[in-house]
Parts: sequence; structure tokens; C-alpha cells
Amino acid sequence: MGMTLTEKILAAHARLDRTEPGDLINAKVDVALGNDITAPIAIDQFYKSGAKGVFDKSRVILVPDHFVPNKDIKSAMQAKKLREFAREQELEYFFDGGEMGVEHALLPEKGLVLPGELIIGADSHTCTYGGLGAFATGVGSTDLAAAMITGEVWLKVPETIKFVYKGELAPWVEGKDLILYTIGDIGVDGALYKAMEFTGPVIQELGMAGRLTMANMAIEAGAKNGIITADEITEGYISDRAVREYEFFKSDEDAEYSEIKEYDVGNIEPQVAFPHLPENTKGISEVGEIILDQVVIGSCTNGRIEDMRSAASVLMGKKVAKGTRLIVIPATPLIYRTALDEGMFDIFLDAGAIISPPTCGPCLGGHMGVLAKGERAVATTNRNFVGRMGHPESEVYLANPAVAAASAVLGKIGGPGELQ
Amino acid sequence: MKITGNVWKFGDDVDTDLIIPARYLNTSDPKELAKHCMEDADPGFAGKVTTGDIIVGDKNFGCGSSREHAPIAIKAAGVSCVIAKSFARIFYRNAFNMGLPILECENAGVFKTGEKLSVDFDTGEIVLAESGKSYSTKPIPPFMQELVQSGGLMKHIQKRIK
Repeated sequence: MGMTLTEKILAAHARLDRTEPGDLINAKVDVALGNDITAPIAIDQFYKSGAKGVFDKSRVILVPDHFVPNKDIKSAMQAKKLREFAREQELEYFFDGGEMGVEHALLPEKGLVLPGELIIGADSHTCTYGGLGAFATGVGSTDLAAAMITGEVWLKVPETIKFVYKGELAPWVEGKDLILYTIGDIGVDGALYKAMEFTGPVIQELGMAGRLTMANMAIEAGAKNGIITADEITEGYISDRAVREYEFFKSDEDAEYSEIKEYDVGNIEPQVAFPHLPENTKGISEVGEIILDQVVIGSCTNGRIEDMRSAASVLMGKKVAKGTRLIVIPATPLIYRTALDEGMFDIFLDAGAIISPPTCGPCLGGHMGVLAKGERAVATTNRNFVGRMGHPESEVYLANPAVAAASAVLGKIGGPGELQ
Repeated sequence: MKITGNVWKFGDDVDTDLIIPARYLNTSDPKELAKHCMEDADPGFAGKVTTGDIIVGDKNFGCGSSREHAPIAIKAAGVSCVIAKSFARIFYRNAFNMGLPILECENAGVFKTGEKLSVDFDTGEIVLAESGKSYSTKPIPPFMQELVQSGGLMKHIQKRIK
């Protein structure tokens, strides 16, 4: 019996010839990642354990991106803890100030997470790196502390569900819509404890941004990881960025899957996930009249340059509706600069948008766009739980950047096709 | 080990933002987090819960974020264990790693707020005090038991450092 991509990467990192679903393994970690919310607890645990040094100064990466630029004194104290730890431990990759970006956009861009690697991060959206053909999964602060010290993590080898996407993408349908549609189909625990392997001709032609978006939201179906076989598109993205050697793995022809799901993407229109779960999806034509107070375009899900371009193409020459606030958040300094160089800042500013520095901020109701009681937002982010972006009686709808941009102009949820 | 406590019942997909909203994540102080435990699901919860009480959920308890603040808030609020039909995987790991007992029970849906349960962690048996009816839970994998016995993941690691 052959092995899946996920099983192969896990076996390689556990120094085993093969692994099977259900096996408990102790695996070598290529990168251990933390942010300003999760790393403070890990740092406390690190010192409490009596550890003196991290296992590898170039493989423990800290990015204070959630409540940074510091939103209040307590947040400032948390970020300071990361700064001091990074200095003391002489971490090679600590991104602060003008170098800081949203972690899951920043690390791929810097070539710090690579195909075939095993990456853990104390952030649930660490699964994003599966888009590069890596095994990447979110853990808690204690797991991070243990990995910072030992360079290892214990894992149960997951079963894999294979998703096959065929057909022609309809206009304005992106990676975001494919993953929202999939979550709508299988539910927020549809892949609980499992690996989601995204395959098929549509995925083979999907660009890196769309792949990262899809893997990013695997956690919203309860998955341990989302993964896409690395190919020429991956190579094209990574070859000039990679800071280490890397290896491409692929699933065997006779690999065993717990389930195989096939989708004809031609039937999928741009998706909107209604409050308060990502599985509450509807096609854009079925949304009805949802008046908006705020629109957010950004995050580790959809804050990449391709997302900025998509939003800008819709916003060009248009104005944000009166009564609606549009916040655009390029996810990294490079994306920010590229958007500026390509003239997108003019488009966004002319439209009446606010351009925020890179931060996770509003996605988790942290800062830079918190919702008041009764307010409604469309966001290109990943979660629409109760209170996710602010007041428990506010509402979040999830969509792709083009739909979010069109909705900002309309003042209500709608697709680019509705703009004249 | 055996515990007895009163049930606080929640539904499906209790997410980490309900357990501890991100607006309180500018601290990791357990006492502070406990004050806001389950706030957006039941605003008065932190004031009502008493030491030893049991949280019961249906499917996919703890879905969403990797924040360890979620099990920390629950434990610091005095909750003795969490029972659910199923748990989201990061929450499951975190609970074991930081020492909050959790049990998967197919029948979690039958328990109601205010009912008294006794839980035997060695056998995994849950008994409804009033009726005496007993329910089984999914056995804890041996490796996880080892983690619990060594007092959590960090104690486990510390043995290796020394």
C-alpha cells in the first residue's frame, strides 16, 4: 500500500520508512513559530522548564503581528516579551517594526517555510504552508515551548481526505470560494483530525496565493493540515526565496484515503459564509439584501498581492458607499510596497478606503476595525464566529477580495457583476 | 481519580472566541482570563460557575483558534473537566498539555444544565447522580495517559532536559 503526501512527510521527519494513520510519532520540526498572543505563554514555559537555549536560532521564528503596532499597554508588554526573548536567544528571524507582516503571508514570502518541511506554529492558521507542499499544523503554546526546546513534536498521523476539483472556474471564483464551498459541503468538523489533500486540474492551475488561501482554511473544517502537491508553480514561487534546501513529495498512486470528494467547479459561484460559522455558505446570487457597515480586505487568508490586485481591479474608478467603511490591509511590507508601486494606493484612496499597516488586527476583533453592537461586516478573513470582530452582537460575513470590494461599493453584499 | 460536579451545558461547535474572546488576549494571567470564561456564550458564566463544575458540549468543542488561553480560562474558572461528543484537535492537545481533563462521550447531548455528574477518570465512566444511569467515554490513548501521569507536556520534556 502506498502513502499519501502527508504520511510521507511525517515519516521522513520521524526517521521512519513509513507511517500509517493512527501512528503516534515523534517528529523533527523544521520551523517552530509563535506570535504576540501565543508566544508569551510559550516563553514563560520555556524558562520555567529550566531550558537555556532554543534548539536552533534559525528555526524558531517569532512574529508579533496580532496586536501590533501595540494596541494597549498589556499588548505592548506581550510584544516586549517577544522582543526581549528574540534578543536574548539571538533569533535569526524575528520580524518587528517595519519588517513585520502577517505571519502566514510573511513566512512563505521570505522563503522560511518550504515544500516537504514539517512546520508547527502556535497559531491555528499555520496550516497555510500546506499550500507549498509542506506539512504544517497549528498547536498551542505548550507544544510550541516543547518544540522550541527539543526541535521535536509528537503527532498522530492523520487519515487523509482527498478533494478533487475539476472543470472551469466561473468569473470571480477564487481559491477562497473553493475552500468556502468545500467547508459548506463537509461542515466545520467535516475533516476533524484529518488531512485535507487538495488535488485535480483546477488546483494544478491555481496560483500560489489561491493555494495558500485554501490550505489556510483547512482548520475551519477541523483539519489537522491542508496540503497541495508541490509542482512547477511552487518551484517558480519558492526557488528565489528559499533559505534552505527543500524536497517535493507526492502521494503514491495507491495511497489510501479515508474519503474522496469530487467537485465540478463550474457549478460554484462566489461564496459568502453567513454568521456565525464558516460552513454557513451561500452562492452570491442567493445572498439577499445584507447592508454593511464595514468591509475588511486583508489577513493571512486574503491579504496577498494577488488579493490586493483583485480588489483594486474592482474598485478602480469607484467609490465606497456612504455609510460603509472599507479597510484594506496589505499583509506584509513587501505587499504594501508592491501595491503602492503598482498604483493601487491611488485606487484605494480615491475610492475612500482606509489603508492599514500590516496586522491581524480586525480579523480577531483586536484593533484597527472592531465592530460595534449590531454592526455588520464582510471580511476576506477566515472566521465569522460570534464576537469574532468585536461586539458579540455584531456579524461577520466571509467572502473573497473581489466580492468584498464590490460589496464596499454597493454598501451591501454583492458581486463585481452587480457594479456598472 | 473521581470527581462530582454540576453540569453547564453548551451546544455544538463551541469555538475558542466563545470560550475566551480575543479582546481579552492581551494577557495570559489565568485569573484575568477566568473572569471572562464563556462570556459570549453565557455573559454571567464566570460569576455563576463554582469550583468543581463540569462543562458539557456537543460536537466539535473548542474549534477555531490555537489559543491555550481557552483551556486556561476554563481551568482557572474552577471547572473540573469538560465532556463533549467530540473536540477540535488543537483544543484537545492543549487541554492535555496544560492539565485540563477532557472526556469524549457519545451521549454528551443528554446531560442538562444543573444536573449532577460523577466522573471516574480511571474507568472513564460518567454517572448521572439522580438516576444512577451510567455512560461510557472514549478511552484516553496510552500516550496521552502518560502525559497526564507525568503532569503535562512540559514536565515530560523537563525529564529529558535533566
